[in-house]
Amino acid sequence: MAFEGLAERLQATFDKMKGRGKVSEADVKEMMREVRLALLEADVNFKVVKKFVNDVKERAVGQEVMKSLTPGQQVIKVVNEELTKLMGEEQSKIALAQKPPTVVMMVGLQGAGKTTTTGKLANFLRKKNNRKPLMAAADIYRPAAIDQLETLGKQLSMPVFSLGDQVNPVDIATGAVNQAKEEHHDYVLIDTAGRLHVDEDLMGELQRIKEAVQPDEILLVVDAMTGQDAVNVAESFNEQLDLTGIVLTKLDGDTRGGAALSVKAVTGTPIKFAGMGEKIDQLEPFHPERMASRILGMGDVLSLIEKAQTNVDEERAKELEKKMRTAELTFDDFLEQLEQVRNMGPLDELLAMIPGANKKALKNVQVDESQIGRVEAIVRSMTSHEKQQPSVINASRKRRIAKGSGTSIQDVNRLLKQFEDMKKMMKQMTNMQGKKKGKGGFQLPFM
Amino acid sequence: MSFFKKLKEKFTTQTDSVTEKFKEGLAKTRDSFVGQMNELFAQYRSVDEEFFEELEEILIGADVGVSTVLELIDELKDEVKLRNIKDSTEIAPVISEKLAEKLDKSGEDTELNIQKDGMTVILFVGVNGVGKTTTIGKVAHFFKEQDKTVVMAAGDTFRAGAIEQLEVWGERVGVDVVKQQAGSDPAAVMYDAIQSARAKQADILLCDTAGRLQNKVNLMKELEKVKRVISRELPEAPHEVLLVLDATTGQNALSQAKTFQETTDVSGIVLTKLDGTARGGIVLAIRNELDIPVKLVGLGEGIEDLQQFDAEQFVYGLFKELVEEDTGAGEEDEESR
Ligand SMILES: Nc1nc2c(ncn2[C@@H]2O[C@H](COP(=O)(O)OP(=O)(O)OP(=O)(O)O)[C@@H](O)[C@H]2O)c(=O)[nH]1
Ligand SMILES: Nc1nc2c(ncn2[C@@H]2O[C@H](COP(=O)(O)OP(=O)(O)OP(=O)(O)O)[C@@H](O)[C@H]2O)c(=O)[nH]1
Ligand SMILES: [Mg+2]
Ligand SMILES: [Mg+2]
Repeated sequence: MAFEGLAERLQATFDKMKGRGKVSEADVKEMMREVRLALLEADVNFKVVKKFVNDVKERAVGQEVMKSLTPGQQVIKVVNEELTKLMGEEQSKIALAQKPPTVVMMVGLQGAGKTTTTGKLANFLRKKNNRKPLMAAADIYRPAAIDQLETLGKQLSMPVFSLGDQVNPVDIATGAVNQAKEEHHDYVLIDTAGRLHVDEDLMGELQRIKEAVQPDEILLVVDAMTGQDAVNVAESFNEQLDLTGIVLTKLDGDTRGGAALSVKAVTGTPIKFAGMGEKIDQLEPFHPERMASRILGMGDVLSLIEKAQTNVDEERAKELEKKMRTAELTFDDFLEQLEQVRNMGPLDELLAMIPGANKKALKNVQVDESQIGRVEAIVRSMTSHEKQQPSVINASRKRRIAKGSGTSIQDVNRLLKQFEDMKKMMKQMTNMQGKKKGKGGFQLPFM
Repeated sequence: MSFFKKLKEKFTTQTDSVTEKFKEGLAKTRDSFVGQMNELFAQYRSVDEEFFEELEEILIGADVGVSTVLELIDELKDEVKLRNIKDSTEIAPVISEKLAEKLDKSGEDTELNIQKDGMTVILFVGVNGVGKTTTIGKVAHFFKEQDKTVVMAAGDTFRAGAIEQLEVWGERVGVDVVKQQAGSDPAAVMYDAIQSARAKQADILLCDTAGRLQNKVNLMKELEKVKRVISRELPEAPHEVLLVLDATTGQNALSQAKTFQETTDVSGIVLTKLDGTARGGIVLAIRNELDIPVKLVGLGEGIEDLQQFDAEQFVYGLFKELVEEDTGAGEEDEESR
């Protein structure tokens, strides 16, 4: 990755400080420079960084170094604590009006993820809270914005309120709330068009919608990749609309996400949810402490563990286990397993999350993603029959597969052999362990 | 200061609406940047650590990017020592000079590679929501105006409403859209599109793709395949692979550019949403760290809100006031706040 984590940045300073009992002012100054750069590289706004660094400096100077920590770790600890404090409490709760329906308005810049998040939130409310939301298509400007929301509605089998794109968004919002009352929906989620915070006309439109429907929540949807301007955007939306919360999207990317800190700092409103992918169920509660270590580029143990847990779908795991026992395992299962590992993120990133996995040591660990890609290409070049029944793969089929995947026949042979070995091993293993171990994962040939 | 003199001459003689529009779009970036620089010079008389720290922040605040900025500051510090500069006013020209050095890649080709004979295929790639589909609509309009036959390929079969969105643009501009059902293989759409564009003897084929984050290995593979199919059907194609970047994006834009460059051999960048941001400094970082020219910029959601990018014009817009002080020019051009 392009960015060095804070821990790595601070290494040199740490080395100098070894064996000292107190953190001196000079040490802190030097370290704070590194902290500052790490935050800036993560796209935290420079004004926010400045204030933060000053606050931390005050706390860090003169501190007794705890016995269990080196002075450097001590500073990191303080930095991490302060940052987590700044990120706020965990608050993934969404308002509930005393008298239904609860009205939620989604606002933000163009392309931030409002429409997608509207769908995700509807799904979330139904699944987690057993609610019956109505989505409202109040973006009359973007081409096919209504189609987009309606498609999401269809995917979810949930209703979408629309009056077409020739009706004023204020009337659409009002109409949606009325319909929700009639049809006893407990939530109305209003998707609005993307707009620039400096566009007075369109910001005025949002204010009018707000006045007309008196929303219980106004959520600013922010792209986690946003740069320095995030503060101005958030400040401006907040001033004009009094936001109640923030949703950070596209956190499944490899951005450090410093914008999170910026928007939190300038608006004081909680970040409630995190968008973790394009799919409708990829909305997660926001975890401030994880965000803090992500911004700092420090290992994040919790995330790793949880990722590993949620990504291996329990039921599928059981099914797989059964297949393994009977050696029915197919390449389709294999692909799926590959996908699950993939979903956990790039492998080297995963490794970096392991506590104590210092980047330097990891540099020698070659996670060969291209190797994985090759394996995958081979499997994808098989017909579904071949995937289900690898034994039919004869020489001419091998040639075709190699050609289709841009690999060699040797590569194909190797994979087939590894796959067979794996099946055998699986069988032995599962026979040995019986039904006890429901963990599901198996060793992939390239790991 | 020959670089800026050259620029200045070029732009004082150029008064067409294109420049105006471009200037308007960049007004935010320029105002905030120049304002801050002037404040800096007013606030710090002497060139010291604090001065540099402040300068660093101004540049980082414009999304120029930490590594580019640090490099620049180091060079400046060396110059200050070398030339024995004490007063902050003396350093102003040195700053412009150094920035210009970083931006001046003369000979860089920002023109789109359009075939004189036969069809030109342009593939649009980028992360989610940056403005790929909208840019395609604008580009289609741009070529349509030149009486070219344009076809669009609805290669985003994944996102809800993506095909419909491109179809609306097709109607708006008056060009054909080749599509398949949602969920179908994007490579197959491209195959179809090339056949169909050929049959229509189209001049330009614009290929939309689904947004994808650069760390999604599978999706990047899919994109590779899409490109491969295009090249297979039409050797030499795609003639342009345009990476669409959102100007509001921070440092991740660099990572995007690097990864898309690796997988699809990007030939140019489209920088969108420059109408909204006071930043745009990422252009500097991109120019400094990568060798991909910015070819187009998006300045709004309308069909006309697209400009060909002129790097010199951009630099000039950014540093106009500084340059003018520098080259001893008058203030004939009052800036509105
Ligand atoms: N990877 C990823 N993509 C996302 C996420 N949220 C949204 N997207 C994608 O981002 C793009 C833009 O999302 P939209 O929901 O259309 O954004 P919007 O804010 O409604 O856009 P406008 O209405 O045009 O302002 C789409 O390609 C979405 O699939 C996320 O959490 N992760
Ligand atoms: N202000 C402004 N908005 C823009 C510009 N270009 C695109 N947009 C808006 O940004 C949003 C996303 O644009 P799309 O063209 O759908 O982006 P995309 O990259 O195709 O998105 P996905 O296909 O979902 O990845 C829409 O609301 C566009 O109207 C621009 O130059 N300026
Ligand atoms: Mg939308
Ligand atoms: Mg699109």
